[in-house]
Amino acid sequence: MNQNSLVSISDISREEILHILDVAAYFERNPNHKLLDGKVVATLFFEPSTRTRLSFETAVNRLAGRVIGFSDAATTSSSKGETLKDTIKMVSNYVDLIIMRHYLEGAARYATEVTDTPIINAGDGAHQHPSQTMLDLYSIRKTQGTLKDQTITLVGDLKYGRTVHSLIMAMKYFNPTFRFVACNELQMPEVYKQFCRDNGIAFSEHTDFSSDVINSSDIIYMTRVQRERFTDIDEYERVKNIYTLNASMLQDAKENMRILHPLPRVNEIAQDVDDDPHAYYFDQARNGLYVRQALICRALGIDILK
Amino acid sequence: MNSGKTSLAVAALRNGTVIDQIPSASLFKAARILDIESATTAVTIGNNLPSKKLGSKGIIKVADTTYAEDTLNRIALIAPAAKVNVIRDYAVVEKRQVRLPDTIVGLVRCANPKCITNNEPMKTRFDVVDRNDVTLRCCYCGQDVKAADAIIE
Ligand SMILES: [Zn+2]
Repeated sequence: MNQNSLVSISDISREEILHILDVAAYFERNPNHKLLDGKVVATLFFEPSTRTRLSFETAVNRLAGRVIGFSDAATTSSSKGETLKDTIKMVSNYVDLIIMRHYLEGAARYATEVTDTPIINAGDGAHQHPSQTMLDLYSIRKTQGTLKDQTITLVGDLKYGRTVHSLIMAMKYFNPTFRFVACNELQMPEVYKQFCRDNGIAFSEHTDFSSDVINSSDIIYMTRVQRERFTDIDEYERVKNIYTLNASMLQDAKENMRILHPLPRVNEIAQDVDDDPHAYYFDQARNGLYVRQALICRALGIDILK
Repeated sequence: MNSGKTSLAVAALRNGTVIDQIPSASLFKAARILDIESATTAVTIGNNLPSKKLGSKGIIKVADTTYAEDTLNRIALIAPAAKVNVIRDYAVVEKRQVRLPDTIVGLVRCANPKCITNNEPMKTRFDVVDRNDVTLRCCYCGQDVKAADAIIE
């Protein structure tokens, strides 16, 4: 077990979150450093995710480290029945850091228990994806100037969307107000509403994606509504367009309001929003690079701001 | 057995351990937690005995055996009111209540089929997150399970 491993956003404190964001901001201004000179990083993607892998591998490259790994479990020994433990122990012999994505929930936590090499969780099933949460926080702070006192509207699949769940957990330090906008089938689970109550976080629930909600938001966080999440296909057909954002809905939005989306989108944000000044999702994805540079440094015990 | 004499329904024990006040429905789960199947000394199990507290209770008596506190405390998962009596020469020399531990390792199976614990040769681990409603949370995938619904491995 390496103390610098990052499995879940709840592993890190408020101070640490803010420090990581400061380091990320530094990397945004100065992206290229030889901090990882001579270091080897493994990216083990037991489940393919090109977007996340490229972002992490670019981060390593910009820090002058080297990358080994695989992008699909089908090409690895795990497809021959090797346990995760054995794969992690084998790779630990070669590298300074393991960045892993796995289709099973809890895989990253278990990996930290079988090795002293630091692990960064790049997504474990529907469970945790802390670098996504950190880049969401980075995007909120960058566009609003602060993480404090934001009114954040979460839209779409609030039932299964792990990014929105992690965002709620991470925002607990910063006095947010949440609006949960979803159809009946995809409402925010009770466990996260209870989390809000326990932490004094204000929230309200809406089935209507109304102009009132839009116009009073600082952040609108859109998520994908996927057909396969519905038990009732008629319900999907009814709601699939209700939670689609288009440019005409943004006429009276606050000037500082920004639209986030973990990407890839399907049709929940219309193409005409892309040119609207409120659109931020492509910049948000770019911020992922700086945040991942910061997380890699943290995992290796490197603090560039010291 | 004489149904009129419930106090004698289960044979008296000279030396060993008695676990009493087990809800009838949980008796066999308790027996599994204690690994009664592997016991080599005399074991007496009674069930559906009248109980003022539980209505109906089960009881397990194991001769010439003492259990580690950790083992007995695991019974609290399915029998929170269970009482343990340690017997020596027919006398109770120690009496105590089981206490649910904060963490339960390698006993309960996670109900999430996509949990790593169901796909690797490893022990499960749960944190007790609610003692009143006895709710456990998987330390790996984060899924909650009520003790009443827990599958004992
Ligand atoms: Zn689990």
